[in-house]
Amino acid sequence: MSPATKYETHEHDVLIIGAGGAGLRAAIEALAQGARVGVVCKSLLGKAHTVMAEGGLAAAMANVDKADNWRTHFRDTMSGGKYLNNWRMAQLHAQEAPDRVRELEQWGALFDRTDTGDILQRAFGGHTFKRLCHVGDRTGLEMIRTLQDRGVDLGFDVYMECTITRLLKDGDRVCGAFGYWRNSGNLVVFKAKSIVIATGGIGKSWKITSNSWECTGDGMALAYEAGAELLDMEFVQFHPTGMVWPPGVRGILVTEAVRGEGGILRNKNGERFMEKYDPKRLELSTRDIVARSIYTEVREGRGSEHGGAYLNISHKPAEYVKRKLPSMYHQFKELADVDITKGPMEVGPTCHYVMGGIRVDAETGQSTVPGLFAAGEAAGGMHGANRLGGNSLSDLLVFGRRAGLAAAQQAGKCPATAIDNAQIEAAERDLLAPFTRAGGENPYKIHENLQDVMQSLVGIFRNDEDLRKAIVELEKLKARAANASASGSHVYNTGWHLTRDLQSMLTVSEACAHAALARTESRGAHSRIDFPKTEDAWGKKNLIIAKKGSAMTLTEVPRGAMPAELQEILAESK
Amino acid sequence: MADATATLRVFRGDAETGKAVDYEVPLTPGMVVLDAIHSIQANQSPDLAVRWNCKAAKCGSCSAEVNGRPKLMCKTRMDSLPPDQPITVFPIKTFPVIKDLVTDVSWNYEVNKKIPAFKPKPNAEWKMYQRDVDRGQEFRKCIECFLCQNVCHVLRDHDKKQDFGGPRFFVRTAALEMHPLDSRNRIPLLREQLGIGYCNITKCCTEVCPEDIHITDNAIIPLKERVVDQFYDPLTMIVRKIFPAK
Amino acid sequence: MADSSTLKGLTRFGSTQRRDAWWIENLPFIIVFGGFLAYATWRAIENNYFWVAPYLSPFYSPLIDPHHHWWPFSPAFLILGGPGGFRITCYYYRKAYYRAAFAHPLGCAVSEGHRGYSGERKFPLILQNVHRYFFYVVTIILAFLWYDTVVAFNFNGHFGIGVGTIVMLVDVILLTTYSLSCHSLRHLVGGKLDCFSCTTFGKPRHAAWRGVTILNEHHMFWAWVSMISVGLTDLYIRLVASGAIRDIRLL
Repeated sequence: MSPATKYETHEHDVLIIGAGGAGLRAAIEALAQGARVGVVCKSLLGKAHTVMAEGGLAAAMANVDKADNWRTHFRDTMSGGKYLNNWRMAQLHAQEAPDRVRELEQWGALFDRTDTGDILQRAFGGHTFKRLCHVGDRTGLEMIRTLQDRGVDLGFDVYMECTITRLLKDGDRVCGAFGYWRNSGNLVVFKAKSIVIATGGIGKSWKITSNSWECTGDGMALAYEAGAELLDMEFVQFHPTGMVWPPGVRGILVTEAVRGEGGILRNKNGERFMEKYDPKRLELSTRDIVARSIYTEVREGRGSEHGGAYLNISHKPAEYVKRKLPSMYHQFKELADVDITKGPMEVGPTCHYVMGGIRVDAETGQSTVPGLFAAGEAAGGMHGANRLGGNSLSDLLVFGRRAGLAAAQQAGKCPATAIDNAQIEAAERDLLAPFTRAGGENPYKIHENLQDVMQSLVGIFRNDEDLRKAIVELEKLKARAANASASGSHVYNTGWHLTRDLQSMLTVSEACAHAALARTESRGAHSRIDFPKTEDAWGKKNLIIAKKGSAMTLTEVPRGAMPAELQEILAESK
Repeated sequence: MADATATLRVFRGDAETGKAVDYEVPLTPGMVVLDAIHSIQANQSPDLAVRWNCKAAKCGSCSAEVNGRPKLMCKTRMDSLPPDQPITVFPIKTFPVIKDLVTDVSWNYEVNKKIPAFKPKPNAEWKMYQRDVDRGQEFRKCIECFLCQNVCHVLRDHDKKQDFGGPRFFVRTAALEMHPLDSRNRIPLLREQLGIGYCNITKCCTEVCPEDIHITDNAIIPLKERVVDQFYDPLTMIVRKIFPAK
Repeated sequence: MADSSTLKGLTRFGSTQRRDAWWIENLPFIIVFGGFLAYATWRAIENNYFWVAPYLSPFYSPLIDPHHHWWPFSPAFLILGGPGGFRITCYYYRKAYYRAAFAHPLGCAVSEGHRGYSGERKFPLILQNVHRYFFYVVTIILAFLWYDTVVAFNFNGHFGIGVGTIVMLVDVILLTTYSLSCHSLRHLVGGKLDCFSCTTFGKPRHAAWRGVTILNEHHMFWAWVSMISVGLTDLYIRLVASGAIRDIRLL
């Protein structure tokens, strides 16, 4: 039987997997190029993790601090990323972010305003100037709603609650994707000339995380399986301030905007400990440093009641706090019985973001597989070893647009491709296998154990012994996952869905652990207790993970030399 | 404390058949209803269907009816519910059940398409002041949990899905209509396709909004007044004829 | 409780899974508003005890043709349509009586069964759209009530204050505040503008809109206290006029 009759099939020029900021921005750009665009997302439209972004969108618009410009933004980004960033990406990002913000406004976004009627910008960790365009503490919601409305207006096809489980290839290049509807369990095939992966992060592999169930690294795993390379997967950002109490909310993000608006961190003795770790920037130091500082305070016995630090904004007027940080106010009031206008919040590090990801070309976002593009958190390189707050939302817009543009152009030139039935049938077998394994293991247990392994062995501080142990444990988990079972009907079967998501989580976790073991230095978010120094030699290379045969391989690739003009910008600061 | 438990009475089934099933769940401090549902999934019934994403009241996915009240499960503390009786957790009633707590809310996305997008005034200068965006920003807090759509009796009891847009889309239209730089007129649309006249401002939408948007007072009533301007008030209609809007 | 084991059991009139006493909300409205309505109707028909120098009952102000030269009925009927219509078409009262009297809906998430419903789209309820015209009428009547209140300081040509004066002053202040918190007024002073900064007199209109908004947030409160106060003011004047009690001069 041909796939056209056996499976529900949809055909597009550009297929976008993921409907967060990057995916939607890519879709809008591809539509503007006249491409037929399909967007597939695991959740409902508008619920992607971008919605959780709170603090703002970094762009050197110089509305508040007139001295700001793209060069300073570039320098801050490189310095925050410990110079491991793809400098071309960092440059494009700094140069193009202001235009991307103006575009949002022209599509209907309503940012907070300055007295002169411009977009208001706030201070954030690692940014020299007040640079974050924001809407209170719900900037991500504003962004996703604006992009969603724009996309609907331009007329994209959205496939909601649909999970892609395999990319289909014709020879070297991608030609489609296979997946299932979460609602019905029915299978679906997408034919496409180019595919943009915009599936976001991997944080659901850690126990204490700000990430939702969706952040299972699907896109990276799909690309990896399709032969693409993953870059610098060891760099996982732990946001310094997640909630720590009560247990049910542990890990939920407390926006950096609290510190941007003047919040102060203290330990249980009332000491403002950031004076010790970064006396110049204090609370507005980069996230890697603040997260390690809190972690260290707790480990050395100076933590708060429930094992965190105290973050206080109550010295600001209550009305101001409620206006600038409304969702933080409600979040603490309702979930933790804490009034943040009166007393401190308890906060601690939470897994938040992965700097690594699919290795892409800076200009186009194309991966090492022809026709396959990536943007946003799923792509690697832009943020180096540590991401600055606010650079994520701007990253989504800048590189989402670039990937959408290139994907549409590429689709226009793409030769005719054919779908290979054998690949679809293999994907179907893999997907439905859990139903055939009656009496296999409960996937929730495996997931819980995976989170324990990654939290305790591949966390903020790492060492050789832990990482080796993690790799051994991950092997065992892989074996268990291969025996996980699902029961009941195919209709919205969450246990079955998890068996599939586990595959992705295990792949990216393994990549992370291998890369972390290989990088014998400390840099940015990657801290090795056994190698505490940052080594110049390591700054000259990236770690690449790829699939060779059925094995995961790791190689070091040299980074080449930065153009002189960019070196000059970096030199300006010193 | 350590072995305190609660009983959840959860709807299991689909649109045709279903029953309420009791689950015993261990309580932890600060637990919310969604935590309890997750505990059931992990330990008792892995195929229990529920939608959720952020678990922090920012995405609006986990809408349900807890003890008969439309709520976000991630925001409903277990200790806010009476412990002596089973806690009922049912899917939102206005939309067809797919399975268990998951409903088909696709109708909302179709209504959304009826509303013309933002269209800036020609030669707009892109200067906007806080006082001019305050109203729009309140409406744009909406996380599309559709609890207002669920509780609205026009949809819930009278099923006017053909003729009525529902509170969520009045809020969206209000944000567009009150945008200082928008050039479109959506008032005829409000009166006709979105059927704002069906709303009898009984405020249940406002009562259930987890984002505390004053849907009735700040969005629907001001829009009704604008409809009056264009369709029911002879004075403003004459003024409009003499001094056409810019 | 309705059959909670299936979804189908929840569609009968009054069925709900809510456990709280949701129906209690409607009781104060039924009792107090119903009582007020009955009292006001009776007082309007009574056509007596509405004037005792220097106090005039708000139910009869402005006093038109009290000696029946051309209007054979109680003069209250000539003016009560204004404030009555203002309250009947008021956005707060609509909410309250749609729930309590029409059961559309009885309470939030309480089933109202399968009954016809056309909202405010058809006659007569489409007339709710004239609310702003009642606001205009009430504004004129308020001017008379303020005049009456000034007169209430005049005891046979001498300045004075009686308990009745205070009662009338409080009443007219509450009635004015209720009118100033009106949704239609909020629209007219500024709500209808999309951009305050792009309009002539935009800033003062924004200030006015802000002011009305602050009062409007408590529209329900003003509706209640002004309704009770106007009833009590009339009652006080009736009691004095009928000789049941004596007004006390304070000054």
